[in-house]
Amino acid sequence: MSKKKTNILRIEHARKSFGETEVLHDISLSVDTGEAVAIIGPSGSGKSTLLRCATLLERLDGGILSYDGQPIAQSDEQGQMVYASAKVLQEVRMKFGLVFQDFNLFPHYSVIKNVTDAPIHVQKRAKSEVLAEAEALLNKMGLQGKDKAMPCELSGGQQQRVSIARALALKPEILYFDEPTSALDPELTGEILRVIRTLAAEHMTMVIVTHEMSFAREVADRIIFMDEGLIVEQGRAKDLVDNPQHERLKTFLNKLET
Amino acid sequence: MTLETIVGMLAFGALTSLMIFFFTLVGSLPLGLLVSFGRMSKIAPIRWLVRFYISIMRGTPLILQLFVVYFGPFLLFGLQMGQDYRITATLIAFILNYAAYFGEIYRSGIESIPRGQHEAAAVLGYTRSQTFIRIIFPQVLKRIIPPMTNEIITLVKDTALAFTLGVAEMFTQARAIVSSQGNLIAFLIAGIFYYAFNALVAFIMERVEKAFAYYHE
Repeated sequence: MSKKKTNILRIEHARKSFGETEVLHDISLSVDTGEAVAIIGPSGSGKSTLLRCATLLERLDGGILSYDGQPIAQSDEQGQMVYASAKVLQEVRMKFGLVFQDFNLFPHYSVIKNVTDAPIHVQKRAKSEVLAEAEALLNKMGLQGKDKAMPCELSGGQQQRVSIARALALKPEILYFDEPTSALDPELTGEILRVIRTLAAEHMTMVIVTHEMSFAREVADRIIFMDEGLIVEQGRAKDLVDNPQHERLKTFLNKLET
Repeated sequence: MTLETIVGMLAFGALTSLMIFFFTLVGSLPLGLLVSFGRMSKIAPIRWLVRFYISIMRGTPLILQLFVVYFGPFLLFGLQMGQDYRITATLIAFILNYAAYFGEIYRSGIESIPRGQHEAAAVLGYTRSQTFIRIIFPQVLKRIIPPMTNEIITLVKDTALAFTLGVAEMFTQARAIVSSQGNLIAFLIAGIFYYAFNALVAFIMERVEKAFAYYHE
């Protein structure tokens, strides 16, 4: 008997337009607890927009968005998108974390304050407990001794690891990565990929938009290939990379190799 | 005039100038923030109204605004204002005028903060006011120190315009002394006063700038 897994994230028939251009057409996907999903595709394929819609930074124009089985946005009879109340959305925001391409650390806060400010002031948790956890997270990210440093004193790779710690400090059920290594020098991508690999080994639920194909193949349980606002192909990571079915995916993979 | 009278007049003038300076800042710095919010409001009529207000404040001479505020209550509504109204009118005009300029400086600072800062805060669950108070505004302050310093230095010199309403500030007093004494010494003292005042303002603002130098973006 197979164990029934719960969908943390579920997106059904999602549509999103910017002005006249529809950038997401009828996207459906779900992510299970403990799963690591990589989203790949050429630039402009809508993968970042999908992540931004899932993290409530952009509003969907159609479809259903659910977290933990609870729909928080769906179209009404007139086809208008209706989002849950601000209060509900605020609770939902605590279920996910997002790591940005360009880190978006708070430059006026030290490393430790970047990590602890939201748990203390948003989640209203006890300061001592938050601090202890943050220290542990920074150690895990290989940032011991950096707690008092300012973001501007760190390398890009260190900043991105702080931002991962900041996201994890809120104990999200699912962590999104939006091209986490794209803003980094090539020699610094390794340290970020190592951190994500560690999280995958711990069965952290993750959705990773990435250009690092070999990394996606190695770390993800499942890869989703998007092109022109559609999910063209998805499947087990190794199958999809080693044995692509669709022409567009084959072309995409070939371009990456050359 | 005895020397004692002269010193007393100048000291009183200096205090009055300082007072105008101080209360103008106390009123216009927070009001300017409200102006910037209004200028960026999602509600179009508020935006238009604030835009209009800023255009008047920036587009007409401060000296004219002083007269309108001073004579307005009587000429428009037939209200008799007391002697004290001179100083009140001065402060009202100064605060309204400077709030418009400060508002635009705040706005430039607020709009210069990258969108990613708002997005990071939103994803971390900060409310809109928490985002502004904890994340955006502290960064805005650092960015607006240079234009603020300029504006505050201008204010020191603009306090002399209160002369036109007969407020006994530094310049008014110096002018009275000069016309009775027949020499320029009082103007020289007034000049030194404004210069030293501004040197102090520049010094303090430099310290503030240094206090914000513990990070850069």
